Amino acid sequence: MTQVAEDIMEISMGPQHPSTHGVFRMDVRLEGERVLRLKPVFGYLHRNHEKIAESASYLAAIPYTDRLDYLCSMTNNWGYTLAVEKLAGLAVPERAEYIRVIVAELTRLQNHAGMVGFLLQDMGASGTPLMYAFTQREKVLDLFEELSGARMMCNYMRFGGVRVDCSQQWLEATARLVGAFGGFLDEFEQLLTGNEILMARTQGVGVLPRELAINAGVTGPGLRASGVNYDLRKVDRYGVYERFQFRVPLGEHGDVFDRYMMRVLEMRESLKILEQALRDIPGGAIMDPKAKLRGLRPKVGEAYARIESPKGELGFYLISDGSPNPYRYRVRPPSLINLTVLEDMCLGQNIADVVVILGSIDIVMGEVDR
Amino acid sequence: MLGLGILKGLVETARNFLGSYIDKERLVTVQFPEERLPVAEAARNFPFLIYDGVDPEQGLRCVACQICEKECPPRCITIEKSKDKKPDFVGKQQFYPAVFDIDVSVCMSCQICVEVCPFDAIRMDNEFELSTTDRFGGLLWTKEKLARPNEHYEAIHPTEAAEVEARRAEEKAQADAKKQPSTVTQ
Repeated sequence: MTQVAEDIMEISMGPQHPSTHGVFRMDVRLEGERVLRLKPVFGYLHRNHEKIAESASYLAAIPYTDRLDYLCSMTNNWGYTLAVEKLAGLAVPERAEYIRVIVAELTRLQNHAGMVGFLLQDMGASGTPLMYAFTQREKVLDLFEELSGARMMCNYMRFGGVRVDCSQQWLEATARLVGAFGGFLDEFEQLLTGNEILMARTQGVGVLPRELAINAGVTGPGLRASGVNYDLRKVDRYGVYERFQFRVPLGEHGDVFDRYMMRVLEMRESLKILEQALRDIPGGAIMDPKAKLRGLRPKVGEAYARIESPKGELGFYLISDGSPNPYRYRVRPPSLINLTVLEDMCLGQNIADVVVILGSIDIVMGEVDR
Repeated sequence: MLGLGILKGLVETARNFLGSYIDKERLVTVQFPEERLPVAEAARNFPFLIYDGVDPEQGLRCVACQICEKECPPRCITIEKSKDKKPDFVGKQQFYPAVFDIDVSVCMSCQICVEVCPFDAIRMDNEFELSTTDRFGGLLWTKEKLARPNEHYEAIHPTEAAEVEARRAEEKAQADAKKQPSTVTQ
């Protein structure tokens, strides 16, 4: 803490702060309680992900992508395998595409539930909403464990398909979870949405204007909360997303409350996609017979693949020089790019709201620092 | 009315609290060391080496081809090939690992060694209470510690093991048929 001028103070929020737990710091300049300047400082969790993937084979990079956004390992796998499939020209069987949609939407459910819980935790509602959200997240993780063997570091998708087939019991268990999840969301909204304290702390706080959101390259629920209709599941229609009926919720004000509502509404839309996918899932193979996992050597070229991860546009850029490992491997992480507008959202706000605004962006430092 | 939203929320909390006395669905906490949930069949933790029969030295399926050592993403496997050979399950002479170490403090339980193994020799265990006071030796698992009987594999992953057993039985039958073509034609 330094006194810069009279009444102006510079403090370092984090890395030892309850909302940043050791991996993130904000240099904040304050006048009283008002934020004059804010610089996000990151890099505490850097672990050389891109360079490791460049020295590893195409197969060996998949478990490392799990550890990017460690809450959504399934969607990370999908983004990476999509890039390799483009590079190597592999097709994905129908059943595998449906399984991918199911696990990706389950990931979205558990990420958004957890995010809302953490947002409320940062706001001071210690425990209750977070634990209610985690009860549901736990059920999704149980399904992941049954399917892939691991709860968080699933390492489930492969280029050309998925690693193991899902059983009929698994599909039935997923359908039961999807059926019960709507009831949980009703309860959760009853608990939170009308709450006066939540509204007072979030409405009109941390407004992200539409133009700024577009110019800064913000993606995901943060962009849609500002009223921009941009969802890669609708724009790119990767996988089999064009077969499902769902809507893209849009916000009006771009404040923290809109970003919170975006998550709740997206969970409801995810449930619709899950219901349709579970109803229509066909039988058949789960791997492209041409796919060669070990010693894959794609021909010389480059590929960029992007998906709508729960946090925004997750892209993987690969350049192949014909060797068994990529010449260049680059991740476009949604968390990092959404974090760049933190200062613009926080200027003029109270210091207590900074943590709430940070929570509403929904960042995972594993993805920001890589 | 101001405060109505908070009251509604409190009703929800009360419903969850009181409901936990009658509804199992709302009582989610498991008192871990005393109560235990069943481990999922697919659950994985660290690898082990399978041996057939009773002698871990003689029955070890690993032929020290070193594919897993090369493919392991964090490079936690160390293998040294033997000088001599011993027969495998179809009677073919194969090398065996003189040294097979896995540093489980480095292993990230990704299962890639299992996927690439062409001999069904390495599989994932689901044991998870593995704390040790020995930081170095205790976490470097040697061949002797890694070797587990095939029955253990059948016990923890029954569905998968049944498929593997069927495939291996077929391979053995084919190999036997090659050895004695006269008996097959009868």
